[in-house]
Amino acid sequence: MTSGSAVSIDEGARASLAGPSDYLALLKPRVMSLVVFTALAAMIAAPGSVHPVIAVISLLCVAVGAGASGALNQWFDADIDAVMTRTRTRPIPSGLISRQAALEFGATLAFFSVFTMFFAVGHVPAMLLAATIAFYLFIYTMWLKRSTVQNIVIGGAAGALPPVIGWATVTGNAFDPAAWSLFLLIFLWTPPHFWALALAGSDDYARAGVPMLPVVKGSRSTRNQILGYTLVMSLAAVAPWALGWFGPVYGMTAAMGSLAFIALAALLWRASPESERGQALRLFAYSIFYLFALFTALAVERLVGLSPTGV
Amino acid sequence: MAPMDLTPEEKRKLSQRNWAMAGLLVAFVVLVFVVTLVQIGGNIAQRSM
Repeated sequence: MTSGSAVSIDEGARASLAGPSDYLALLKPRVMSLVVFTALAAMIAAPGSVHPVIAVISLLCVAVGAGASGALNQWFDADIDAVMTRTRTRPIPSGLISRQAALEFGATLAFFSVFTMFFAVGHVPAMLLAATIAFYLFIYTMWLKRSTVQNIVIGGAAGALPPVIGWATVTGNAFDPAAWSLFLLIFLWTPPHFWALALAGSDDYARAGVPMLPVVKGSRSTRNQILGYTLVMSLAAVAPWALGWFGPVYGMTAAMGSLAFIALAALLWRASPESERGQALRLFAYSIFYLFALFTALAVERLVGLSPTGV
Repeated sequence: MAPMDLTPEEKRKLSQRNWAMAGLLVAFVVLVFVVTLVQIGGNIAQRSM
C-alpha cells in the first residue's frame, strides 16, 4: 500500500538501503566462481554428453546453491563476521541487510536451486546439491566451525562436491570413482588453502573465538599440517592419471603444479617469524591458481581429445 | 501496519530491489519455458516411429 512517499511496511521491518549488489555480495561471488568452475570442468571431462541448455542450467543451480549456502552462512555467523576485520564490511555486519532478510533470501535460493536442478537436470545432481547445501549449513557452519580445529578439514567436503554434481549432470551416476577422485583432490586441498589464509590472519579468528588451527595449536603445528596435507593432496592429484582415469595433459599439470605447491609449503614450513605471513599469503594465492590450473587441464584435455574417457 | 516515510535514497533502493525481483521472476519463467522445450524436443527426437 503506497501513498505518496509513505510506504506501509510490516511491524518490525525497517527501510533498507540495501541494493541488488548488496544481496549479490551475500552470495560470496568469489567463492561461487571457483565452485562453478570446478563443476564446469568436471562436466566437460565426464564421459558422455549433455544438452548445452541443461548444462548451463545445472551450472546455474550450482552457482545459486553455493550462493545460498554463503547467504545462510552469513546469517548464522553474523556475530563472528562483525568482529573480524576481513568480514565486518559484509552486508549484515554493516547493517545493510538484516539477519532475517538474509535467512529468507538464502533459504529461498537454496530451495529454488535444488528444485530447478531436480526438474530440469535430474534427481541425482539435485540430491547431491541438496546434500552440499545441508552439509555446509548444518555440519560446517552450525556445528564444526565453532567447535573443533578440524572445522575446515571436514567442512571442506561441501566445497569438494560440485565436481561430483557436474559429473553426475552428464552421467547421472553419483558413484563414479573418477568423479570422487576430484572430490578427494579438493577435500585435501582445502586444509592447506584455508590454513595458509588463517596463518596470515590468525588474530582475526582469535578475536572472533573461532578455533582455527593456528589459534589453537599455534604456527608450528599449522605449518607441519599444511606440509603434510600438501604431500597427501599431491598424491591424490596425480593418482587419477596413474590409474588411467585422466590423461597426460592433466597428469603433467598435476605433477608440476603439485611440485610447486610442495615447494611453497616447504618454504612456509621453514619460514622465519618475520617472513611467515608473506609466505602464507603466497601459498594461499598459489593454491587458488593450482586448483584452476588442474581443472582447466582436465577440461582442455577432454576438449582436444586426449582424455582416456574419449570424446 | 504503520505507514513510514522513506527518504529518496531508500525509495531508490526499494525500486532497485523491486526491479531486480521482477527480473529474476521473468528469468525463472523463461528458464522453465526453455527447459520444457528442451525436454519435449528430446522426447520427440527419441520417440518410436
